[in-house]
Amino acid sequence: MKQPKDLEFVALTKRYGNTVAVDEIGYHFEAGTYACLLGPSGCGKSSTLRMIAGHESVSDGAILLGGRDISYLPPAKRGTAMMFQNYALFPHMSVLENVAFSLKMKAVDAAERRARAGEMLELVDLTTLQDRLPDQLSGGQQQRVALARALITKPQVLLLDEPLSALDPFLRIRMRAELKRLQRELGITFIHVTHGQDEALALADEIVVMNHAKIEQAGKTRDVFDAPRTAFVAKFLGSYNVLALPEGKLAVRSDAMALGPAENAKLQGRIINIEYQGTHVALTAVVPGDQEVTAILSDKDFFGAPKNVGEAIGLNWDGRAAHALSA
Amino acid sequence: MRKLPESVTAWLLAAPMAIVLALFLVAPIVMIVAVSFWGATEWSIYPAFQFDNYAFLLTSEVTWRVFFNTIKYAFITWVFTLGIGFTVAYFLAFHVRSQTWQIALFLLCTIPFWTSNIIRMISWIPFLGRNGLANAALISAGVIDAPLEWLLFSDFSVILAFVHLYTLFMVVPIFNTMMRIDKSLIEAAVDAGAKGRQVLRYVIIPLTKPGIMIGTIFVVALVMGDFITVRFMSGSQSANVGRMIQNDIALLAYPSAAATAVVLLATVLMIIGALLRFVDIRKEL
Repeated sequence: MKQPKDLEFVALTKRYGNTVAVDEIGYHFEAGTYACLLGPSGCGKSSTLRMIAGHESVSDGAILLGGRDISYLPPAKRGTAMMFQNYALFPHMSVLENVAFSLKMKAVDAAERRARAGEMLELVDLTTLQDRLPDQLSGGQQQRVALARALITKPQVLLLDEPLSALDPFLRIRMRAELKRLQRELGITFIHVTHGQDEALALADEIVVMNHAKIEQAGKTRDVFDAPRTAFVAKFLGSYNVLALPEGKLAVRSDAMALGPAENAKLQGRIINIEYQGTHVALTAVVPGDQEVTAILSDKDFFGAPKNVGEAIGLNWDGRAAHALSA
Repeated sequence: MRKLPESVTAWLLAAPMAIVLALFLVAPIVMIVAVSFWGATEWSIYPAFQFDNYAFLLTSEVTWRVFFNTIKYAFITWVFTLGIGFTVAYFLAFHVRSQTWQIALFLLCTIPFWTSNIIRMISWIPFLGRNGLANAALISAGVIDAPLEWLLFSDFSVILAFVHLYTLFMVVPIFNTMMRIDKSLIEAAVDAGAKGRQVLRYVIIPLTKPGIMIGTIFVVALVMGDFITVRFMSGSQSANVGRMIQNDIALLAYPSAAATAVVLLATVLMIIGALLRFVDIRKEL
């Protein structure tokens, strides 16, 4: 692989007629980062990815890779490769032919094509299936073919469009580990679009949370998760209670909530639901202002002092666990 | 109510279609095959089982010429309908972005079908004739000095009419197949560095083959079986197998007509059989 390079957005904008899909976003990904673009559908994350790939034109701004403006280059000249959501494998070609496709386009001779495609298939552990057609493969195997096909172009940036969404939950977790392993081994930048916060947290070194065509918050995954700046980010990442209190909006992690007597507690509430989840118990309470608050308690804590639905409780938290939200 | 055994129900369900096919497809073909072995004199035909009709047909040089001519028409028409049909379908499927426009333009293609075949054919005559519009325009533009004779009542006009009449039979199945090609396959090919022509050659054409094949079967079957177009557009100067059969029927030479029809049917079936060996169209059906 070539020396990986930094990827940067400069006031990147995408307009479709009068709608703005991506609104002057700017961000800098260091080379070799596993980054997730995270957000609800229609937030502009897919348009952003497709602009990096070159399958969508850039309306304004620029995309730089290693300091070079790639915004107007054809897809294959950018140093990026894309893995499509439904994998987009050529149904009339065998696994090997699919993987070797880009080499064939470059008129690499047949023997070398076979050899290099063979190496890629080894990387994704599919050597034994190389003569099958895509239809004859399982979802996970198809995905690995798609990965091999993208990686054979030796990209500096691999773009993944919701790569795990078509898989069942078990496979999703296995492929997640595989993606992470590949990225570590290859040392190139992965830009992974997803709407699943668990996927993003599990995989990403950095996350970029998008909403309404803008970047809502971005940075190292832990930094973003530990200190959400807006109610949207806190809610989207999950595990947070967003509370509108007289002193302003606060985000408090569900697992930082402590139960106590109603007197002198920061919040008084009434339990409306208790869910046992094995290692922990999720308890939902209504607090003044008709807000719902979830507290995650360890099973030990909960069963040490069990509560019932309808009981009045007090909720407390450590001041350091609360984050004031700007919006 | 007592339930009928399953096998009886199955036969009953299949019966209506089977009867229709037996009466209107199998029986006529059997009849034609049977009659093709009958004998004929100048004034009568009589049931028999003899190979005279076939012997005469297959040893006559005229038959071979006419069959060759028919296949020539079919082949040239196929080349042009495929070229035009593929281009039109490609344009509709991949260049027209909005679905409304796609449907509108597609319907536009079918407008000629609002008039009858024969009218569409005959309307070429004043256009192509010796003193027709085409010649008049070319002369006044100074391209030619004397009217072109080969525009009408020639192989040119026959094939022109065939292409005009049957191109849509190529457009429809090809368009239909192309619409089912996942657009992300094309993006994936471009992503892998394929140029426009390579996308066409390695992705679109292979995936459009079943549609091309269905269109080909339509066009070949229609052109091989035609007699009216050849009669009108060649001014009765060229012949194809359909014309030959029509002539025999006009002379009440039914056994001979039947034998020719059987040979024609066999030829068409062989061509289609050969085509199907190349492409699996089952996915399309």
